[in-house]
Amino acid sequence: MANLVLKNVKKSFGSVNVIKGVDLEIKSGEFMVFVGPSGCGKSTLLRLIAGLEDITSGTLSFDGQVVNALAPSRRGIAMVFQSYALYPHMTVYENMAFGMQLSGGSKDDIKTRVEKAAALLQITPYLERLPKQLSGGQRQRVAIGRAIVRDPKVFLFDEPLSNLDAALRVATRLEIAKLHHSMNSVTMVYVTHDQVEAMTLADRICVLRDGLVEQVGTPLELYENPTNIFVAGFIGSPKMNFLEGKFAESYKAHTIGVRSEHMEFVKKGGWQGSVIHAEKMGSDTYSFVDVGSAEPIIIRETGTSRHDVNAKVSVAPMDGKVHRFAADGKAI
Amino acid sequence: MAMKYLKSTAFYVLVVFIVVQALFPFYYAIITSFKSGSHIFEITYLPNDFSLQNYKDVLFKGNGTFIRNFWNSIVIATSTVVLSLFIAVTASYALSRVRFRGRSLMLMTILAVSMFPQIAVLAGLFELIKGLGIYNTPYALIFAYTIFTLPFTVWVLTTFMRDLPIEIEEAAIVDGATPWVIIRRVFLPLMWPALVTTGLLAFIAAWNEFLFALTFTSSMDTRTVPVGISMLSGNSEHEIPWGMIMAASVIVTLPLIALVLIFQRKIISGLTAGGVKG
Ligand SMILES: Nc1ncnc2c1ncn2[C@@H]1O[C@H](COP(=O)(O)OP(=O)(O)OP(=O)(O)O)[C@@H](O)[C@H]1O
Ligand SMILES: [Mg+2]
Repeated sequence: MANLVLKNVKKSFGSVNVIKGVDLEIKSGEFMVFVGPSGCGKSTLLRLIAGLEDITSGTLSFDGQVVNALAPSRRGIAMVFQSYALYPHMTVYENMAFGMQLSGGSKDDIKTRVEKAAALLQITPYLERLPKQLSGGQRQRVAIGRAIVRDPKVFLFDEPLSNLDAALRVATRLEIAKLHHSMNSVTMVYVTHDQVEAMTLADRICVLRDGLVEQVGTPLELYENPTNIFVAGFIGSPKMNFLEGKFAESYKAHTIGVRSEHMEFVKKGGWQGSVIHAEKMGSDTYSFVDVGSAEPIIIRETGTSRHDVNAKVSVAPMDGKVHRFAADGKAI
Repeated sequence: MAMKYLKSTAFYVLVVFIVVQALFPFYYAIITSFKSGSHIFEITYLPNDFSLQNYKDVLFKGNGTFIRNFWNSIVIATSTVVLSLFIAVTASYALSRVRFRGRSLMLMTILAVSMFPQIAVLAGLFELIKGLGIYNTPYALIFAYTIFTLPFTVWVLTTFMRDLPIEIEEAAIVDGATPWVIIRRVFLPLMWPALVTTGLLAFIAAWNEFLFALTFTSSMDTRTVPVGISMLSGNSEHEIPWGMIMAASVIVTLPLIALVLIFQRKIISGLTAGGVKG
């Protein structure tokens, strides 16, 4: 229910500038994901929104009201931490009820809310347990439950899944996606460096690098029209193929980028090379072809490949699927 | 094989040695306290007499002075522990969690204070206590002991609190907790082991202290037990009432033993387990 606007927000720790001027609007009810490499300031930006760090300069407003100086508990936010951050000495019920107790909710009211959240997250059987008697996935669900009970206008997640194993991560991701659908008036801001999480959860993604916003857009916008090399390389798996020098010259660019699924094997023409490795995933095959560029080109084919390792092949990008970049990294 | 045997023998010899040297004085005090009359001056290592006369003398002979002293000690040591822990917990929250200029300097100063020998500050403290008008009252000793136990309690609790996960505190902040609520409802329950340990040590320090107790009190009914024992007198001026002194020492040790036994169950580690990952 809250519309977040960041205007030229900066944050420095002593003499280190961590956030170097971020302008961003997060719409009401939107699922916004911050991605970027480690140390780029994702967590810091999230903590600025939460109010756990003070904004050095610039303004942050919720629904048009500047909240720079507002305490976290007054902002109508709830936060889910990477490390769960449950109160170890309180039962699951007490953990979830703590915030409401502090704000003076009535006992019945608290009970209804906690039980509703617990049912939603299927943690009702554990309400009387201590956090240490739960598995990692259950703990993270409790942490999410604690956030739900606060009935926030804005949900903040800082890498909530990174302590879970792969299978659980997928399951909990689905849980969060369902949560977003069921609470579609709640704004969610989610930090991750896993771009699969970003692509699958986000309404819009904000790619950060070194304290600055590189690009904001829907997952497909970023995938199809990255505005620079960094975003192009960061979004999508496997990484986009980049070629420079003579490969790029014919496209009148400094660098060209082609996604693996936009490369194909051709009978004649194209770039000659040999297959150096093939990853057979069953549904897809990724062939690594050395054509003399800095890094081997990755080519994705559905099903199994017809090309053996060391085979001499010709490869070429599909028509209209080449991303062109200037020397400064900007898309042309 | 022989080497291994030798090693474990050496280990147990050492253990026995440590236990004996730690417990023998107390054991000797106990058996002496049960001796009466001239038995006291016989050197024996096994109990050879069982008389409660010394205990009766200590408790009832001096018109209840000893009981009065005992009560003073309990009140003073308990108040010292409560006051010292309260100040230390709040101070250590600031020292471990609030960023401010001169924090580490302050921490070092606190540690440095605890290095002053008691005798060096005695005169100054005496003036202070006179000035506050609390000379010869229990407050004088509570005041002095609190000052002297604080560096230790602050230091230990600060170290302990610094290791509590910061995310738990942040979660509480988001939940709307004020610093005081965080201390009371989130940190205190996690700090039991540290509180019990430091509290016990502070209690023992206050309980056994002699120099301040001697200096800051002047009448029989404001004194604490260590001074009281030193002032026990025998039938004549030249007689040292060893039996009574030993009986008093044993009585005085009992509360400490009781406290340790009660609280050892509370010293459970791993209270923070499960709150955060890793
Ligand atoms: N309290 C602090 N004092 C000084 N520097 C800090 C502080 N907190 C963060 N930084 C610095 O700010 C930068 C951004 O940190 P941040 O935690 O936001 O990164 P991140 O994008 O979340 O990275 P990761 O993906 O590894 O979590 C880092 O270089 C970090 O060293
Ligand atoms: Mg982070």
